[in-house]
Amino acid sequence: MAVDESRPIFLQIAEQIENDIVAGTLAEETQVPSTNEFAAFYRINPATAGKGVNLLVDTGILYKKRGIGMFVADGARARLVATRREQFTTQYVRPLVEEAAKLGISPDQLADLIRKEEAK
Amino acid sequence: MNAVVDVTNLTKRFGSFTAVDGVSFTIRENAIHGLLGRNGAGKTTIMQLLTGQDFATSGDIRVFGQSPVENASVLQQLCFIKESQKYPDDFKPKHVLRSAPWFFPHWDAEFAEQLVDEFRLPTNRRIKKLSRGQLSAIGVIVGLASRAPLTFFDEPYLGLDAVARQLFYDRLLSDYAEHPRTVILSTHLIDEVSNLLEHVIVIDQGRIIIDEAADDLRGSVSNVVGTAAAVDAFAAGREVLHREGIGGLASVTLSSLGDADRAAARAAGLELSPVSLQQLIVRKTQVSEKEFELSA
Repeated sequence: MAVDESRPIFLQIAEQIENDIVAGTLAEETQVPSTNEFAAFYRINPATAGKGVNLLVDTGILYKKRGIGMFVADGARARLVATRREQFTTQYVRPLVEEAAKLGISPDQLADLIRKEEAK
Repeated sequence: MNAVVDVTNLTKRFGSFTAVDGVSFTIRENAIHGLLGRNGAGKTTIMQLLTGQDFATSGDIRVFGQSPVENASVLQQLCFIKESQKYPDDFKPKHVLRSAPWFFPHWDAEFAEQLVDEFRLPTNRRIKKLSRGQLSAIGVIVGLASRAPLTFFDEPYLGLDAVARQLFYDRLLSDYAEHPRTVILSTHLIDEVSNLLEHVIVIDQGRIIIDEAADDLRGSVSNVVGTAAAVDAFAAGREVLHREGIGGLASVTLSSLGDADRAAARAAGLELSPVSLQQLIVRKTQVSEKEFELSA
């Protein structure tokens, strides 16, 4: 992940952890890297990294084991997938349909394109 | 959180020139702050006042709750790495490193040795014979290994190459993570350090024009690009930090766009792009110059 300029870094850190949980790279009940490890890896301020991690603690995606570190909560992946499905329409489908309309691609042709892509 | 520095209404005049003009700010404990601004903005003067190396014309400075001027209990907690530190002519780097523990009670000699290796600093060569970058490396090493509760880096890396600068950033972050302390970093290389900073203070012509958390600044300003008519319609009634145009196209820099504003801009066929901290400061210091001219 390259830190992008347009959004707060702590949000990007939180998203990156979420991505890893959804992709299965970070399994449930495993330990996530420490704030300082995130800071060193992404070359960012440790307080900023901590803010990103704490955001996920607040939403119950991560939980703290005292004196050990942060862990991925049980059921975190299913919850993240559910949230992302809700956002899928606004974030992906709507812009896709709008762009298709601009280019004169009908909904049927669009569906065909998607099926062809899937078959690759 | 505790403030380690508390400045109220600080003014410093040199004859008829006002270098620092009634500024007030606080520096939070154990955070990395950026003190940014153009040449001659007043950054170094502020750091000299905070470290008791110069006297304020008026105003109040508290460092660790006390005035820093000739106050040993405050000064021994400070480390000030200057842009061009002067050393006695016959000094060698090893003399600097050997005398450092006399001034810095938290000095870590082992860490200093590690940094000497990493920066490839020849410790047994006379300081006169060192390159500009090697001189800067001495400052960086002293600043890091002193582990002072309040450390100032004033343009610490004149002549340091990209590899050495990255090394400085990496060691600063990792050592800060293990030994939290308050750091004030003054630099022109804003894009290089912007991700390291927790808080940003921007000085222009002796006044503070930005004093904000780095994360709040990020994304607070956007470039909006499109046809001149669409851009100007969208920008009407908003604070425009900068505008440039070419042919029928225009680009404006706008502050504080919300999600709804962004959606409206996209719907109007405009392109949005982020503005880096460096660009933001360039824009802001240009604006304050204009205001200054208008008020003059």
